[in-house]
Amino acid sequence: MGRYLLKRLPQGMVVIFGVTVFVFIVTRVVGDPVKFMLPLSATAEQRAAQRHVMGLDRPILAQFWSFLGDVIHLDFGTSTYVRGKAALSVVFDYLPRTLQLVAAGMVLAVVLSIPLGLLASRKPGGALDRALTSLSLVGLSMPQFFLGSVLVIAFTVKLQWFQTGVGPLHRHLVLPAVCLALPAVGRLAMLVRSSMIDELNSQYVKVLKAKGMPARRILAVHALRNAGIPYVTLLGWEIIRALAGFTVVVESVFAWPGIGFMAKQAIAQQDFYLIQAIVFVVAVMVVVLNILIDVSYKLLDPRVTLR
Amino acid sequence: MSYQHPDQYSAGRAEAEHAEETEEARSGRPFEIEAATHGGPFRELVRDKLGMTALVVLVVLVLAAILAPWLAPSDPNKIGPRIRMRPPVWHGGTWSHPLGTDWQGYDVLSRLLYGARTSLFIGTVVVLVAGTAGVLYGLYAGYRGGRADRWLMGWVDVQVSFPGLLLAMLLIALVGGSVLSVTAILAVNGWMVFARLTRGVVLAAKERPYVEAAEIVGCTPRRVVFTHILPNLITPLATLSVLEFARIILAEAALSYLGLGIQYPGVSWGLDVARAQDHELFGNQWLILYPGILLSITVLSANLLSSWMRVALDPQEREKRFAGRAIRGGAAAEPGT
Repeated sequence: MGRYLLKRLPQGMVVIFGVTVFVFIVTRVVGDPVKFMLPLSATAEQRAAQRHVMGLDRPILAQFWSFLGDVIHLDFGTSTYVRGKAALSVVFDYLPRTLQLVAAGMVLAVVLSIPLGLLASRKPGGALDRALTSLSLVGLSMPQFFLGSVLVIAFTVKLQWFQTGVGPLHRHLVLPAVCLALPAVGRLAMLVRSSMIDELNSQYVKVLKAKGMPARRILAVHALRNAGIPYVTLLGWEIIRALAGFTVVVESVFAWPGIGFMAKQAIAQQDFYLIQAIVFVVAVMVVVLNILIDVSYKLLDPRVTLR
Repeated sequence: MSYQHPDQYSAGRAEAEHAEETEEARSGRPFEIEAATHGGPFRELVRDKLGMTALVVLVVLVLAAILAPWLAPSDPNKIGPRIRMRPPVWHGGTWSHPLGTDWQGYDVLSRLLYGARTSLFIGTVVVLVAGTAGVLYGLYAGYRGGRADRWLMGWVDVQVSFPGLLLAMLLIALVGGSVLSVTAILAVNGWMVFARLTRGVVLAAKERPYVEAAEIVGCTPRRVVFTHILPNLITPLATLSVLEFARIILAEAALSYLGLGIQYPGVSWGLDVARAQDHELFGNQWLILYPGILLSITVLSANLLSSWMRVALDPQEREKRFAGRAIRGGAAAEPGT
């Protein structure tokens, strides 16, 4: 395990470093950080002066070195959108909301997908199985923002059960969590279904049946645990994808102010310092989650050796 | 990489598993199966009603997209200030605007037709570009093996770990959203799946006797790769391409919805959902639903088609299905034995 981490951590560092360099190049070379900092009426001289103050007129390599130094000290500069605050602390202000949303969505996905998948796997090809399969396929095919719009139209505009924006969780968190969870429920339930069908037809389950073990015990002690391995992987992927992208869409639809929502605002306002910080934090979370997924393999399946 | 994303790579994994199955394992099968599988994939298609429907829907959509300039009642970018909020035909509208007009006086049907053009065009081009690049990359990495393979696939691992959508949003915000920039950025973000799939199949094929034989006979590496290994890839690649096509359409729609893809007054279903949501959330909600429903139908058809292809284009999968039908009772439960 220790040796595994020793190998994986540098790999993660490479990813984080790569992402940071990419963001640096893109924002400094392709974009212009000064563009939205000054009023539109600012003259070219004023802009040049601002660039000079910020050190943006230095050679790109010199800028890159000081940028690297700042990143190592976790200093991503001062946000221009949330004026005067360090970009990283802005991210940490909004991160809890995103984590809340992702946690609620993923708990919901797990709670729904396991029973649904188990039900479907009891009679492959049966009416219930087919209904669940087609439902999950429809859920997968609906764009998430459209699913969000439909939820908003139905439950906020027509029925007025829930609201968008921030506020008491039972009125504000439910819809975005459902919107984040539903496509994941489709994928996860299908996985539970197919891996349970495989497990229940395997030799060891037949042996257990033959020696008279109750079906419930076979399911709970043996089959579910083996089926859990691919499930944990896919769940990890769902969390990663939620953190690294889907929340941007979901938070925008429901005006839920997390880092996804902030990322959209920061991009629209060309606040490169905030973007850097968001992308960096997201990259770190993705790397850590990837390692956690691999480690959880080992916990679920003693046969796996981590190399 | 010790794990794979089951949902994206299942096609490749299934293929790799089958590649290991020997020819002998297939002998001694019941003659019913032999007879049933004789018809080939197209007989399968006619039998699979869902797959057939999906194909028909996709063909209709493609035709609508290609023929949009002739089918559309008016220019999708022509505002008609005096014809705002016309009802559809079945609510007393006129045939000059069959689905009515929106709050700016755009013809709804025309925008939907041109939206299909954008979605399908971007989906097709991205899959072609990313697919070609990914396949060449995977062929090279898999066939060379050794250190080249480790480095090349290491890069794939790194790029897969990038928060893709965020970086795509950032790039598009900087270079400006247009069909060209969205296509380019989605292609740069999407080739890795193809590279992984290809490399997996190449690794499996490289061990087979016919490839060794080709090498011993003196085929050039290029000939081995393109004449002997590449055909193994056709089925999994076709399936993956359709799946990716669906994913790309969703990605383009999401970017456009966020205002970071196709820009107004360009036409895109995602953009139109966002526009209608800003304006008509409490008014005529059909304007939100039309483009969203079309998007869902397109993606659903592509998903159905790809799951049909996975079964129907693979003779061994096809056999399993017929085995299930031929041997009554518990048939679906025991495909492998």
